[in-house]
Amino acid sequence: MELTDILAKLPYIKPFLFVDELLHVDENSISGTYTYSEDLDFYKGHFKDNPVTPGVILTETMAQIGLVCLGIYLMGDTFTKDTVIAFTSADMQFLKPVYPNEKITVTSQKTFFRFGKLKCNVIMKNEAGQEVCKGFLAGMITNKL
Amino acid sequence: MNKEEIIAKLKLIIKPYTTNTEAYDNLTEDTDFINDLSINSANLVDIILDIEEAFDVVIDNTDMERMLDVKTAVEIIETKLAQK
Repeated sequence: MELTDILAKLPYIKPFLFVDELLHVDENSISGTYTYSEDLDFYKGHFKDNPVTPGVILTETMAQIGLVCLGIYLMGDTFTKDTVIAFTSADMQFLKPVYPNEKITVTSQKTFFRFGKLKCNVIMKNEAGQEVCKGFLAGMITNKL
Repeated sequence: MNKEEIIAKLKLIIKPYTTNTEAYDNLTEDTDFINDLSINSANLVDIILDIEEAFDVVIDNTDMERMLDVKTAVEIIETKLAQK
């Protein structure tokens, strides 16, 4: 499966698509990037007159790249429009703020993918290469829930 | 390892994944993981991975799909232990 095939299968569209580009994928890991445009709606309210990317959005970005994109790759041809995707847990640390127009890179290492559950150790870095957040994320990606 | 010992070990594994303390305290062979203990499918996977580690066995997809209550889980663990 090509990287562009994974992007084409993603079940998100704007304003809730947080993957721009995938850099690498294999059986055990994936990496990709996203740039938080200053036009994104949530900056109007988080915070008032002081836009900072919300932790939930950072977590969602890490889940879309680190869990869903990797899960689509691992499922291969068995991933269809009927495949159920459900975020089930996140154990996160937020280390540095991410401001509008920052480009981030997410790297995800598979802990396990068994019985439809994918768990990964995921790290997000900013353009300076600093870790901005990291944690363990898990979700179900399966054809029978 | 006899059945009571397996259930006791299994009960310790299940504990962090259930919030239904009443059903947990009254756990029997007939206790259903999903309906009685309110365990979701994601945590059921965690329980099965913990069973593999605690009993040093490998559970396959067919067994996983059957492992929905204490009785079946014990049966599967007994069978796997006997094969060792």
